[in-house]
Amino acid sequence: MTIPAVSIEKLNFAYQGQSTKTFSNLNLDIAEGERFGLFGPNGAGKTTLMHLMTGLLSNSSGSIRILGNDIKQHKKEVRRLFGFVPQDFSFYHELSPVENLEFFGAWAGLPAKTIKSRTTDLLEILGLSDVYNKPVEKFSGGMKRRVNLAIGVIHKPRVLFLDEPTVGVDVQTRHAIIGYRKHLNSNGTTLIYTSHQLAEAEDLCNKIALIDEGEIIAHDQLSSLLTQHSEEGLEGLFLNLTGKAYRDSDV
Amino acid sequence: MYKLFATILKDLRILTRDKVGLTLMFLMPVVLAIVITAIQNSTFELVNDNKVPLMVCNRDTGTAGKNLVEAITKIGMFELREVSSDISNRHISDRMHAKDALVAVVIPSDFSARLNQRAKDVSSRALNDFGVSSSSAADANTKVEPITLFYHPVLQVSFRQSIQGALRSALQIVETKQVVRNLYFSLNEKEIPDSVENQIVTNQVSINEVPVSRDGSRKIPNSTQHNIPAWTIFAMFFVVISLGSSVVREKLSGSFVRLKTLPTNYLVAIFSKQITYLFVTLLQTAVIFSIGAWLFPFFGLPPLNIPSDFTGLLLVSVICGWCAVSYAICIGVYAQTQEQANGFGAVSIVILAAIGGLLVPAFAMPDSFKVIMKLSPLHWCLEAYYGLFLEGGKFKDVLMNIIPLLVITLVIQLIALIGLKRKELI
Repeated sequence: MTIPAVSIEKLNFAYQGQSTKTFSNLNLDIAEGERFGLFGPNGAGKTTLMHLMTGLLSNSSGSIRILGNDIKQHKKEVRRLFGFVPQDFSFYHELSPVENLEFFGAWAGLPAKTIKSRTTDLLEILGLSDVYNKPVEKFSGGMKRRVNLAIGVIHKPRVLFLDEPTVGVDVQTRHAIIGYRKHLNSNGTTLIYTSHQLAEAEDLCNKIALIDEGEIIAHDQLSSLLTQHSEEGLEGLFLNLTGKAYRDSDV
Repeated sequence: MYKLFATILKDLRILTRDKVGLTLMFLMPVVLAIVITAIQNSTFELVNDNKVPLMVCNRDTGTAGKNLVEAITKIGMFELREVSSDISNRHISDRMHAKDALVAVVIPSDFSARLNQRAKDVSSRALNDFGVSSSSAADANTKVEPITLFYHPVLQVSFRQSIQGALRSALQIVETKQVVRNLYFSLNEKEIPDSVENQIVTNQVSINEVPVSRDGSRKIPNSTQHNIPAWTIFAMFFVVISLGSSVVREKLSGSFVRLKTLPTNYLVAIFSKQITYLFVTLLQTAVIFSIGAWLFPFFGLPPLNIPSDFTGLLLVSVICGWCAVSYAICIGVYAQTQEQANGFGAVSIVILAAIGGLLVPAFAMPDSFKVIMKLSPLHWCLEAYYGLFLEGGKFKDVLMNIIPLLVITLVIQLIALIGLKRKELI
């Protein structure tokens, strides 16, 4: 039996001061090598679940395992296995892409020599070679997204979490980012991805989970879900399962 | 080790690109040190070298008034501007508002007569006590009209008091002279010769000033020696503006989210900041001390004399810098926003400097403050530096100041560590 990339069992979580739980006995398995999409309306719990899987939030009970390692018990080992590309730009704006990669590579536990060669490769692949020594604060939104992605994969993680990685970018950048993610996946990296760009998700994901009010309401191959619910696309399926009412998060 | 090296490199890169932060940390303290030392030095020179303009209105027609003016001149502290005796007090006050002089003395018209009467009374009483004279006991409490001292309100109390002290000593000379003259006349029934009078009155015992230095040097500390260590400490602790906000900025930035998902403890980042900013504080110290030693003379200021125990100076600077850095990190850990870190950091440093004796000398503090003063790390930093700079001591001589400073630093580190744990940053 193969070990899943992510295994969540009986997960319970509530934010501090909140009476109702965000997640109650949630179970989810994501197989290694999958391109997994996590979708849901605003406030459904996507980002919270991603933060729980990456250890940014701590669950009150239940367990989360990354490639068989409990994220609480084997914190350090687990952090070597996955990479995270947050929705917000997560780097030092005063530094250049090379300087950012040097620093985050070191924190990921890579030796200087490896960082250097990986940096050259990543800047080339993501089209940042010409601006390698310019401070990131001077970059466009699309360039910053690519820097954000490069830092998340510098240590060649086996599982990559991507939280809305293409928000606010132009078509060219989106195309480049999707292409690179597919390339990573073809080399064995499991992709776990959230987005509101459903057309993009259709192109990228081979398996999806729809989450609403802290519960997984659908979880299967995209093609199977579309057949089950007689829908032609992910947007139709999304509206069918989550309804058309506004989902403004609590103010 | 490579992680720490990479983090220090990152911190240094960010720091060197923060032009405002660098200005605050280096340029401002240097300007502050120069300005404060220059001001204090000019005050020092005003009292010791320059002369204070003093307006004198002598309404007395006798000799005592003249003698008093002469005695005031001889003190050498004042530049006398005698005005007509019929000038009104109102006119004197108007001229002082026009800043013709900051101080004015009005000698009353019956000053000689009354002083003479008082001197006679005092000498008669003395002679009666010795049984030399049989005249009836005189009233030794004859009142002499007070001399009026007008002063401009801008004059500080301490300065005013030193002027008053000088005038009182001049008055004392005149009074003594008068009493001696009367006594001599009563005993010898002739006027006292000038030579004898001068010998009795002016042959005062001189005061020899000796600073009690540990190294036996007799150099009198100057305003630079007092100011440079104090403002260097102030500058060191002002890294709170840059370092405190750096910690907050990192906590609030997206980069922190990523740091928390990487297999490295955030303590590495805190340790790196301590090393980086400790280096900054040592650089500040080197810059300010060098300016004091070599550049100050070009501004007409006394040069800073670097202590002979250079290793001791380096050790004291490292410990002071470490305390300043620890304080800044502690503020950064607990502050929620950069505004909080900057506002609280800056104000708290001024308060700690005030209670630590940087703004007002420790010996001049009220007793109630002397206990609180010991809680300020800046106090122990200052005491340690003064031990080296003013007392000519060695490191072992200031160890009793370094120990409490280290204890305070460790307490601050502990508080910061608790904050990091409670906020789940480590």
